[in-house]
Amino acid sequence: MGRKAKIIIRNLTKAFYKKQGSVTALDDINLTIDDGEFVCIVGPSGCGKSTLLRILAGLENPSIGEFTIATDGEDRPLQSMVFQERGVIPWLTVEKNVEFGLKMRHLPKELIKERTAYYLKKTGLEKFSSLYPKELSGGMKQRVSIARAFANDPEILLMDEPFAALDEQNKFILQEELLSIWSETGKTILFITHSIDEALLLSDRILLMSSQPGRIIREIIVDMPRPRKIEDIRENPVMAGQFVEIWKHLQEEVQQSRREDG
Amino acid sequence: MKSDDKAVRYDPFEIEQREWKQRQTKERLKQMLTIASPIFLLLLWEFLSRTGMIDIRFFPPPSAIVSTFFGMISSGEMAGHIGVSLYRIFAGFLLGVIPGIVIGLLMGLYSPIRHFVSPIVMALMPIPTLALLPIIIILFGIGDLSKVITIAGSVFFPVVINTAAGVINIDSIYLDVAKNYGAGKMDFFMKIALPGAMPVMLEGIQMGQAIALLTIVAAEMMGATSGIGYLIWVSYKAFLLQEMYVGLILISFFGYLFSLLLRGIQKKMLPWR
Repeated sequence: MGRKAKIIIRNLTKAFYKKQGSVTALDDINLTIDDGEFVCIVGPSGCGKSTLLRILAGLENPSIGEFTIATDGEDRPLQSMVFQERGVIPWLTVEKNVEFGLKMRHLPKELIKERTAYYLKKTGLEKFSSLYPKELSGGMKQRVSIARAFANDPEILLMDEPFAALDEQNKFILQEELLSIWSETGKTILFITHSIDEALLLSDRILLMSSQPGRIIREIIVDMPRPRKIEDIRENPVMAGQFVEIWKHLQEEVQQSRREDG
Repeated sequence: MKSDDKAVRYDPFEIEQREWKQRQTKERLKQMLTIASPIFLLLLWEFLSRTGMIDIRFFPPPSAIVSTFFGMISSGEMAGHIGVSLYRIFAGFLLGVIPGIVIGLLMGLYSPIRHFVSPIVMALMPIPTLALLPIIIILFGIGDLSKVITIAGSVFFPVVINTAAGVINIDSIYLDVAKNYGAGKMDFFMKIALPGAMPVMLEGIQMGQAIALLTIVAAEMMGATSGIGYLIWVSYKAFLLQEMYVGLILISFFGYLFSLLLRGIQKKMLPWR
């Protein structure tokens, strides 16, 4: 769409070596994601989508291949990850969790305070800022995780099924909040999910993955205008068609890899 | 839970309130039981002893022990014994806990250190420090130092093992978070490793505290000229069983007190649990 590329992944392969039967988790992934794009990766469990994210997050090294994340030369971290709910650190208060990335980078105190306050407010966590995570609901914890990543102001955001553990209602609310923050900040987001509805609601583009070896086998452009509502997606015939398409793909993949764990 | 037809007509809140009250009463009853059990034991002891159903020479009534205790306090001999024992306990405790924490953290953080040190720890742990007391006395003399060293040796092991385990068992997702957000070595230690290991570490310290008390009594019985353990031992040898019981009850009292104290500290240090 004429935007510049933000993430470029070239010939990326990741194998896990085990004495009995090595596994190719990712097989020759080539991918370009544009600046400001919201991309969802959908695939069956064990297809390597989490591995791809972990590699981009710097938590794992690729076996072969490389990736680059473009910077505009400003003092920004390349990426920040929104972890699953468990990733909120239990011994830090909400506020300390949100400022975690900024603290680790030893930014000036006023800046940390200002940005933390901004995202606490943005995510509706102001009142809870001095509480510990154990006192929060699942949805609130996930807000902490999102606020922590956005406050860090990275080049791109990586999200590993952040809403998987939430109930439906909370999920919709958080998805909308995420979209609102995203449209305001214009960040590039790579988002992993196994929920088709979620992918259709959130993304500009959906990448379908196959399992073992993990490959990107299809790309679906979601050009429905924003802001989107979940009811629009259910009513829109094009979207309904896309839903079925993805659904069928997942079914096939799951059946193919039935011998593997669920 | 019961399908009582009449209950349907009542105000649901009233019913819930009644159940809540019942639960409250039950809770209070349990608290009463907790307080009552030691009192009951003491009363039973007093009764059996006074009626001669158990031998008063071996089991003097608690009231007699209490009056002996006050007698010993007013004569001034008590304070000295308590003071010296407490000093040895605290010094030995600190001398065991601090290296335990430091070495435990190093073991938890650096796997080469862990692999090198843990067989040594495993091999030394089963040896009762008390069995080494003769050597310790030869090396460090009959004074306070040998007792302090003995306690430190006993306290060290549970603390070192729990501290290392505490660090190792931190959920790996927090390590990922730290790495992803670019935590440096110092930040990782202060924000992730230390607080994450704290709960298990404090359990180890709690254990160490109990072991310190067990050790002090035995150590003072074997080679000391003062302290609560010494008091127990000389009273026993002179067949002054009331005095001996005073010593035993003092130990029990301090053990309970230290446990409460450490629990309090634990709560303060782990507000997030």
